Amino acid sequence: MSDYNQQMIEKYRGNFLKEVEANVEEGDWVKMCMQCGVCSGSCPLGPHWEHPPQEIFMMIRANKREDILSSSSMWMCTSCYNCIARCPRGLPITHIMHGLATYAKRLGLAPKEQPTAKFAQLFWDNLTKTGRVNELKLGLSLYFMNGFGEGIKTALKMKDVGLGMLKTKRMTPMEMLGGHKCKDVKGLQAMLKKAEELEEARIGKRG
Amino acid sequence: MAKKSYSFYPGCSSQKAASASNYQVSVDAMCQELDIELNEIPDWNCCSASIGYAGGGELPRLALSARNMALSEQAHPDQDIVATCAACWLATRETQERLGEDDELLAETNQALAEAGLKLKNDKKIRHMVEVLIEDIGYEELGKHVKKPLEGLKIAGYVGCQTNRPFGIHGESFENPKYLDKMIETVGAEACNDYEKKVSCCGGALAFSEPEKSQALIKDILESAYDNGADMIVTPCPVCQMNTEVYQDQINAKYGTKFKMPVVYYSTLLSVAYGKSAKECGLDGQVIRARQLEEIAGK
Ligand code: SF4
Ligand code: SF4
Ligand code: SF4
Repeated sequence: MSDYNQQMIEKYRGNFLKEVEANVEEGDWVKMCMQCGVCSGSCPLGPHWEHPPQEIFMMIRANKREDILSSSSMWMCTSCYNCIARCPRGLPITHIMHGLATYAKRLGLAPKEQPTAKFAQLFWDNLTKTGRVNELKLGLSLYFMNGFGEGIKTALKMKDVGLGMLKTKRMTPMEMLGGHKCKDVKGLQAMLKKAEELEEARIGKRG
Repeated sequence: MAKKSYSFYPGCSSQKAASASNYQVSVDAMCQELDIELNEIPDWNCCSASIGYAGGGELPRLALSARNMALSEQAHPDQDIVATCAACWLATRETQERLGEDDELLAETNQALAEAGLKLKNDKKIRHMVEVLIEDIGYEELGKHVKKPLEGLKIAGYVGCQTNRPFGIHGESFENPKYLDKMIETVGAEACNDYEKKVSCCGGALAFSEPEKSQALIKDILESAYDNGADMIVTPCPVCQMNTEVYQDQINAKYGTKFKMPVVYYSTLLSVAYGKSAKECGLDGQVIRARQLEEIAGK
């Protein structure tokens, strides 16, 4: 368990709602939930959520900290915005789910083998390297993210999809040699670094 | 009509030899006909779409879109920002909204932007290409340019999620937005008016990380189009397009279905109807060939 996690446990001493309000994107909305359940019925991958959004909001109040943060549930969010469109209280549910996922990751509590967590991290690494996403490299690292043997299997399964994209010129092996990127990658990376620092400082100040 | 100019954010998938490069080709053909000028934002970066959150916190993600907006303010001060990708449009608009509501966040964003020598005023409109077509051009004008009506075609308008929620197109409902249907009719084809899966989710980015779960969603979207007698599906979103098109073989293998349903963009329909060649309309970019459109374009 990370030091950061230990720090947070001590700081909030069993008040997980307060912890969420201070550390999770749009977290101060959680208390507005009236438990109507509309959001939980809205998720496209609903049957695969261990704890649907409404339940997560209830569990936050009930201090089920570990259960929530180590859950794969938030990582099942497809960002479809059904919940936001329907919630009678106007909660930005999509963003709270993303925020909980980000926070769980920071604390080192996110499930290790969660495919979307891994893929989304690959996506971020890919884009911050050059400023733009290199679909071929992203695809390859995706197929190989579970190791070489698994990767070959997935790559074979996806071979026809890849060939279709190649044939129609919607994918190119040239991307391996660099491909698309921003000119001012340096500035972009300095900007991101600064944003990270500012965000950390702000979170430290709060709560 | 006079020329209309916009500051254009193409997004990663629209780049040359990327997954939606054919979208860009058809958009270019369509804009040429309608006298729309798209000025690419110089040195734009990826918006981190809807899945940047695993690696980046709120402020770094906002900064990514803010950089594009600041570059646009600098290069094209009097032009609205226009995006063709649903996720790009959404991420940029959300950034604008959040920074507009929170001065502290805007100040921090500007501190980060200063590292790249930029500054954001945050006073631009962020629009989807579909909004430009409907609001600035209008259905009537869109129809006037039709040279080859797409007669006899029945098309399912698949709107999906992110062009529809949370912002959507002004004047449309979340449950049953009509703009794609109206565009289908504008080009002389018939719309599937009772397409049940019109606003259902295809899994988005999770089609990569959770292929089986997402393909179950995609199967329903295809099936509903098929049951409504559609010859093809049309969409405004590059993720929707790719997800509903390229996995059909895998879905057929798993579910014993026989889908071979072309999935095109609204810009494909418009450019074909405007008499552009198959190549100009990006029809060579179809993994599942849209033969009926090829035939019309070849006439
Ligand atoms: S829809 Fe809104 S109010 Fe209802 S349970 Fe979900 S978050 Fe709470
Ligand atoms: S945006 Fe996420 S949380 Fe909301 S309904 Fe869609 S999948 Fe569920
Ligand atoms: S349907 Fe799929 S691709 Fe389309 S907007 Fe929703 S998640 Fe995005």
